[in-house]
Amino acid sequence: MTHRSDPPPGMVEKRGAGLWLSHVMMICGVLIVFFPIWLAFVASTVTQPEIVQPPMPLWPGDQFFNNYREALLSGVNVPVATMLLNSLIMAMGIAIGKIIISLLSAFAIVYFKFPGKMIFFWLIFLTLMLPVEVRIVPTYEVIAGFGMLNSYGGLILPLIASATATFLFRQFFMTVPDELAEAARVDGASPMRFFWDILFPMSRTNIAALFVILFIYGWNQYLWPLLITTDPEMNTIVMGIKQMFPSGDDVANWPVIMATSILAMIPPVIVVISMQKLFVRGLVDSEK
Amino acid sequence: MEKRVTFKGWLLPLLLIAPQVIISAIFFFYPAGQAIWQSLFIPDPFGLSMQYVGLGNFEYLLSDPYYRTSFLTTAIFSTLVTLCSMIPALFLAVVADRLIKGAGVYRTMLIWPYAVAPAIAGVLWLFMFNTRVGVVSWYLGHLGYDWNHVLNGGEAMGLVVVASAWGRISYNFLFFFAALQAIPKSVIEAAAIDGARFWRRFWTIVLPLLSPTTFFLLVVNIVYAFFETFGVIHTITSGGPQQSTTILVYKVFSDGFVGQDLGSSAAQSVILLVVVGALTVFQFKFVERRVHY
Repeated sequence: MTHRSDPPPGMVEKRGAGLWLSHVMMICGVLIVFFPIWLAFVASTVTQPEIVQPPMPLWPGDQFFNNYREALLSGVNVPVATMLLNSLIMAMGIAIGKIIISLLSAFAIVYFKFPGKMIFFWLIFLTLMLPVEVRIVPTYEVIAGFGMLNSYGGLILPLIASATATFLFRQFFMTVPDELAEAARVDGASPMRFFWDILFPMSRTNIAALFVILFIYGWNQYLWPLLITTDPEMNTIVMGIKQMFPSGDDVANWPVIMATSILAMIPPVIVVISMQKLFVRGLVDSEK
Repeated sequence: MEKRVTFKGWLLPLLLIAPQVIISAIFFFYPAGQAIWQSLFIPDPFGLSMQYVGLGNFEYLLSDPYYRTSFLTTAIFSTLVTLCSMIPALFLAVVADRLIKGAGVYRTMLIWPYAVAPAIAGVLWLFMFNTRVGVVSWYLGHLGYDWNHVLNGGEAMGLVVVASAWGRISYNFLFFFAALQAIPKSVIEAAAIDGARFWRRFWTIVLPLLSPTTFFLLVVNIVYAFFETFGVIHTITSGGPQQSTTILVYKVFSDGFVGQDLGSSAAQSVILLVVVGALTVFQFKFVERRVHY
């Protein structure tokens, strides 16, 4: 099977027909991956009768502005604009909240010696292991006990109680040269001064990369908002879409639902595309 | 690992660490403890008192045919999701890796379905295969195939698998592509000069060098299929028909919130907790190896 009689192929990169075949395969792959979104976009630009009489068209119609206006301003249960705002607050709250508490606790763990430090470290580390899906019932009871159903606090707080970010910042702080802290101490700078003037600016790239990942994580939450937002005014857009389907045999308002789906993808997709380098970096870092 | 230089004082660090510790205690340790505690009790039908049953909830669960079926369903579902998301991703990454021009553009175009929430992916695929208005089901009907995932458990499973795997292709592609780019070109060229054709190079050189990434992705995708696909299943099938797509996480939700069977739901949480723990330990073992590629 070694084909020694053949001339050395040397075709590590494809040329000629093989090159074109590779491009064709990649384009097919991209189109297949893209197709469901294209179909959703088309459905969001046509009228309801065009959809309920299959097959629906595969090219956009002229109802773009009507459908999106209807979705944003009236929606089905609640205007989609309201759900977008709720999602934005939740995603930003989770991303910023988690980054702040993680920066502070990682700073404490790395740069101080204090009683019980290792216990705290392992307690925080333990939280890495349990996704919110596993502890939903008791967490729900806690939130209900605090009267935090249908509140932003209830949406955000349980989801920032995990230590991925703390762990990442700890790893990063360990690589910061000791000389910097030494110099700060010799100069008589307080620990918080060192944190603000040196450590925080040095962490900017890590913070931004983590922000991208956490924003998407927060935006895409489904189960948790489904449980604790019984008031449609507090629905987030990702969980609100399911609520737009009618319960009985009624026909769903597909153009508006699909317009809502497209609106729900836009913010995280913009974040991913515009911060692609940071996103890839954050993804690789946060899985380490 | 300890820093050589540290600051003095103990009050400041305790204040710094306090927010994280308090939030973890209230929203993590207390609920997790509650789950373990509740799993040992059965509440009476009026919710007024709890009866201690020891491991009774677990014994009941493990002998419950529905729960066993759900285990099997979860195993089938996560295996299929992992395969359906990793194989196309590896294929696309291998093709993209051989292109010098355009690989970056393809990467950009393949990356962003990662940002689409599982629940939204569920709605998109539900729309395509909807029994009344779906385009794909309509064309299937014209080819003589009567698609109905509302009644047919196998088709329902197929649909939730594809919808769950779809967004995941981006993620796997990203990791495979990065790993492929990190393989030194000289190794491949040396093999090529020795006369090894593409497939031989792929099986004997590329795939072994990719194995740390592959192991890592296997674990991550299984964890994803176990826990993060709730949105897909809830939007497309709600666990049906006849519980054919009720995976373990969905059952915790439906028994706990819909069925109000708190003891059983808590016991299921504890079993899942053990599963996640095992997967996490497994993952950490392979992380060490992954760093070296």
